[in-house]
Amino acid sequence: MRKLTTPFIALSAAMLLAAPWIINAAPYESTMGLVQKVFYFHFPSAILFLVSSVICGIHSFRFLFLKRQSADAWALSAAELGLLFGALTLVTGPLWARKAWGVWWVWDPRLTSSLLLFLIFAAYLMLRQYGGPGSDRLAAGMALFGMLNVPFIYVSVNVWRTLHPMTSVVPTLPTDMGIPLWFCFTAFTMLFIALLTLRATLEHQRARVEALYLAEDEG
Amino acid sequence: MQRLTVTDVARHYGRRKALSQINFTCDAGEIVGLLGPNGAGKSTLLNILATLLTASKGRVEYGDGGATTGAEVRGRIGMLGHDLFLYPELTARENLTFFARLYAVADVPRVVARALERAGLTDRANDLVSGFSRGMRQRVALERALLHEPQLILLDEPFTGLDQASTAALVARLRERQRAGCLIVLATHDLDVAEGLLSRAIYLRDGRMVGSDTGSEGLLDRYRRAIQ
Amino acid sequence: MGAFFRVAWHVMRKDMTVEIRSREILFTTVLFAVSVVLIFSFAIVREGRAPDDVAAGILWVAISFAGTLAMGRTFERERYNDTLRALILAPADRPAIYMGKLLGLLLLMALVEIILLPLVGLLFSAPIFAYPIMLSMLLAAGTLGFAAVGTLFAAMLVRVRSRDTLLPVLLYPITIPVMIAGVRGTAALFQAAPDEPMARFWIGLLVFWDAIFVTLALWTFEPVMTE
Repeated sequence: MRKLTTPFIALSAAMLLAAPWIINAAPYESTMGLVQKVFYFHFPSAILFLVSSVICGIHSFRFLFLKRQSADAWALSAAELGLLFGALTLVTGPLWARKAWGVWWVWDPRLTSSLLLFLIFAAYLMLRQYGGPGSDRLAAGMALFGMLNVPFIYVSVNVWRTLHPMTSVVPTLPTDMGIPLWFCFTAFTMLFIALLTLRATLEHQRARVEALYLAEDEG
Repeated sequence: MQRLTVTDVARHYGRRKALSQINFTCDAGEIVGLLGPNGAGKSTLLNILATLLTASKGRVEYGDGGATTGAEVRGRIGMLGHDLFLYPELTARENLTFFARLYAVADVPRVVARALERAGLTDRANDLVSGFSRGMRQRVALERALLHEPQLILLDEPFTGLDQASTAALVARLRERQRAGCLIVLATHDLDVAEGLLSRAIYLRDGRMVGSDTGSEGLLDRYRRAIQ
Repeated sequence: MGAFFRVAWHVMRKDMTVEIRSREILFTTVLFAVSVVLIFSFAIVREGRAPDDVAAGILWVAISFAGTLAMGRTFERERYNDTLRALILAPADRPAIYMGKLLGLLLLMALVEIILLPLVGLLFSAPIFAYPIMLSMLLAAGTLGFAAVGTLFAAMLVRVRSRDTLLPVLLYPITIPVMIAGVRGTAALFQAAPDEPMARFWIGLLVFWDAIFVTLALWTFEPVMTE
């Protein structure tokens, strides 16, 4: 995984550089015009936002219950990326919404729970930062509760009729809209994987440095 | 609990080594003292022995390995913490009764009455602990720790702030427990009292063991030699 | 199983005994909850009357603010003489200690809500007696969900320095869904044409969440409380 990070970053950078042209080539949606194309960034960000929450939850579980020390680094990295992609989602969404619905924000289930998930990531990181020693375990416990939110976000648009497009919209897109979407999705995902791996590796290295430092003056 | 074995125990907080390379063994019937300056790691080691902290490295073995679950081990440990572990808003009797129930002691009223007697506080049993002097609180706290007749008794600075009489009473109680076959580990600054009480002394400085010896005389000199 | 409930019962009784002696948490929490209701009322009142439909929201905001304060204070008490350590040290089942603390908090919150509900009913002409059973179930289920997570978090933060600010920061994002359900359900009962099926739906959802939260909290209590 580590060896792939450089090619992944290079490839995703190239793809993201090419993205404006590809997005430009996509047809305009009938009612919305240019603004609709924010969707090509919004959708991957949103998916990766949820994915990072799941990753954070799984590794928090492994850290807390299975006592795997290395899992903590993955949980932390996933949380940081969750904050990043959550911010992207929460910024690109309203840009789309303003044009589509006339308002920047509505308090429907999906938007509300996405905002809450973002706040949960922020709270997690704050706990790790200011919680003092042992805060990694406390944060892991908290992350488990936060992850419960995710299925609710996904399901909410299907259960409640809301303004937000339903999950069944994406598979039914016409091909010339599908291409830029999956192009951007691939670029974002590679970036996500690369960043996640790099960050987790950084944490592992830090832990190793600490262990070496501690072992330094042992007999 | 015939024997307590501590092997290569260490405890780290990030880069700070609170304890490192702690090795010793002690048997039932001993009173072991953990001696050292402030910040030496005495409380940390006691907390590890009490299973309240997990060691970052190494392990602690209790007895012959007969008790396997955490709860069983904890049932044989009694601790008198630095902060006494008492509820100031409850009476002495209520404190003892609550912890007796928590430890699933049989015949709670009788055990509590006997504990109050031993602490010499039967007439103050229904007074709130917040109104007690330090010595009285200490006595209640000690009896609280001994309600379930633990085989391993851990005490963190038990002589702090005690007057002559209370100190003597505490020493007598510990001796009585020693004769009953308990293993007692106590951390203390008070070398005068420790002298003559300890059967073994372990010297700690900056989280490391800088010496350990047995014998009951000349503790002050031995301490000075080990620590300085 | 019997031992579990026995321990929880004793912990709860101990908390009740302490609380009955001083009544400190009860009084301050009730007063705080009343202040919250009044502050929000004054903020919202227009031309001498509050708009309709705010009663439910204000009620639950007061419950959540007051509840956060109460749970913080409850564990603050366990910090004094490090008694929380003594509880963890006991051979008792750790989740049982959590359960005892939770039950104590629930009892306290129930008392607060008994005072809060008539106050809200009075100030906003809300029909609190129209659906007593459903309203009680809403309050119970919502408070339980909130308290279950809160008790765990408050216990987790006992030794953390900025615990007073971190507790709300951690607690609210996770329990806001519970609050929303509570508000929506209560509003459905308070509105001019009460919507019973809607209220029942929210009660059902709350019960579902409560089951999940309490179970997860019971599992997580021991790993996060042991260092």
